[in-house]
Amino acid sequence: MAAAPSPADVAAPGSFTTVIGLEVHVQLQTATKLFCGCPTTFGAPPNTQVCPTCLGLPGSLPVMNRHAFDLAVRAALALECSIAPFTKWDRKNYFYPDLPKGYQISQFDLPFSSDGFLEVVDPKGAFSRRVGIIRVHLEEDAGKSMHDEAAGTADSRIDLNRAGTPLCEIVTQPDLRSPQEARAWLNELKLLLVYLGVSDCNMQEGSLRVDANVNLHIPRPDGSVAKTPIVEIKNMNSFRSVERALAYEAARQWEEWRATGRELGSAPKQTRGWDDPAGVTRGQRHKEESSDYRYFPEPDLVPVRVSADDLARARAAMGVPPAGLRHMLAERWGISAYDADVLVNQGRDLVAYFEELAGLVGEGKVASNWMQQDVLRTLNERGGTIDAFPVRPAALADIIGRIAAGDFDTSRGREIFAEVLASGRTVADVVASLGIAAVDDDALEALCRELVAANPKIVADVQGGKEQAAAGLIGQAKKKNPNVNPGKVRAKCLEIIRGL
Amino acid sequence: MSSASPSLSRQDVAKVALLSRLALSERELDHLTGELSKIVGFVSQLADVDTSAVEPLAHPLDSQNVFRDDVVTPSLTRESVLRSAPRHDGESFLVPAVLGETGAA
Repeated sequence: MAAAPSPADVAAPGSFTTVIGLEVHVQLQTATKLFCGCPTTFGAPPNTQVCPTCLGLPGSLPVMNRHAFDLAVRAALALECSIAPFTKWDRKNYFYPDLPKGYQISQFDLPFSSDGFLEVVDPKGAFSRRVGIIRVHLEEDAGKSMHDEAAGTADSRIDLNRAGTPLCEIVTQPDLRSPQEARAWLNELKLLLVYLGVSDCNMQEGSLRVDANVNLHIPRPDGSVAKTPIVEIKNMNSFRSVERALAYEAARQWEEWRATGRELGSAPKQTRGWDDPAGVTRGQRHKEESSDYRYFPEPDLVPVRVSADDLARARAAMGVPPAGLRHMLAERWGISAYDADVLVNQGRDLVAYFEELAGLVGEGKVASNWMQQDVLRTLNERGGTIDAFPVRPAALADIIGRIAAGDFDTSRGREIFAEVLASGRTVADVVASLGIAAVDDDALEALCRELVAANPKIVADVQGGKEQAAAGLIGQAKKKNPNVNPGKVRAKCLEIIRGL
Repeated sequence: MSSASPSLSRQDVAKVALLSRLALSERELDHLTGELSKIVGFVSQLADVDTSAVEPLAHPLDSQNVFRDDVVTPSLTRESVLRSAPRHDGESFLVPAVLGETGAA
């Protein structure tokens, strides 16, 4: 055992590098399981979506779900992986009550894809990280075991509805360098997979699960680097939990290394479970070594060969991924990278709404401002999807167009937006019923002359060079006629004062 | 590839028995260590064959790309699913307490 480092050997706190790799399982969005026709509907009563194949009854045989394979290939392509021309499945043997066959059909030495990457770029520029993907493979899920400790019973209940659900396992290189990066990368991965229609990535329903491997690289004064033993963290139920668990674990490993000096290789890889309420990781049983799973080729499934045609079709079904879409929106509509990021992160339907709006308005920046300040805020408050949003792009474009034409100002426009939202009536209808009518030039001129005559102090200030004093006239104008356009009032008043 | 017959230790057999969830007596362990060593020795004769020019075989059938469409077929009734279970509560299978992680590893 290594001696504890003397204080002189210890780097200053915070000077270490946190090294993180992730293992993500996502359930694929198929109607049926990977090897049988049982439905994959979440929340069905226990053991009502099972058949001889997913129960592992003797004599049953698995047959691969074409759509599951296609979705897995689509995900791997979007993750820039190489697709193997030849792939096969293997049995991973272990005994657990939620695994009725006594083995999981998975992929061992010939996964269908490998060597990809997914980049995450912080929209505010805090970090940019290209994370390598070691492999993506296709396997089946296990069932669920439930143990109600409060009930005080000695039994666990097994529900096999989930057994056989198609899963993609995505394993990254240890390329992430902070808990924040890990969380941001997971958000990007989730966004990508949802965009592709590969998975709904709903963590509450278990469609996306994350395990994290983490250790610290601590530079020593002599230039060498101390590496702490790798810990695998499990049982994290949200991306926020992943971030918190990693931050806790990095701090814990730092303290442990300072106390024991123990390094990678001196202890087997440890598995720790995240206890969210307590905010700590706790040691779990030692994981079986890879060889303990006694992998061997699955004799009940024949191999799959992927042709160039198959790949071309998969690429065609992919659509533009989020990263490409951000770039495209910024380019096409002249909006900032940050604004493009906000829009794209809301999903494909919202981007479609924005593009329709921007096309009608003819001004990407104006359309984007309305999206960010009004549409998104309202959507957040109301809930629901953009598809069901009562103010359609054409109506919003109508409002924005009338503002541009000087019919009314932006704050009036917002009132109309709110009214269209609440009542579902047309913009024209709302404009008429609110008594909003464009103020004609004669009426505007008369109003401005009246104000100029009634406010000698402001007139004197403006004549003295303080043009901003004219703001006082605009306020009064709006009181007298809420339909006046502030910009026009200002211009007209200044014109009158200059002519005095 | 070495053609030397790998010998199995009593410890190896105890570990495999544990992984297979088999409880073996000391006598059985002794007996099986001998038996399994013979079996492994028999199979390891294959290592004597020069396979350098032989492509690995993933499946004995000359068949590939067998798929089904993603179409729901009827599941079993829960009653019939649970009928042959040693213990159940009408909804779920009952097994001795399982603590710790679950889900595909």
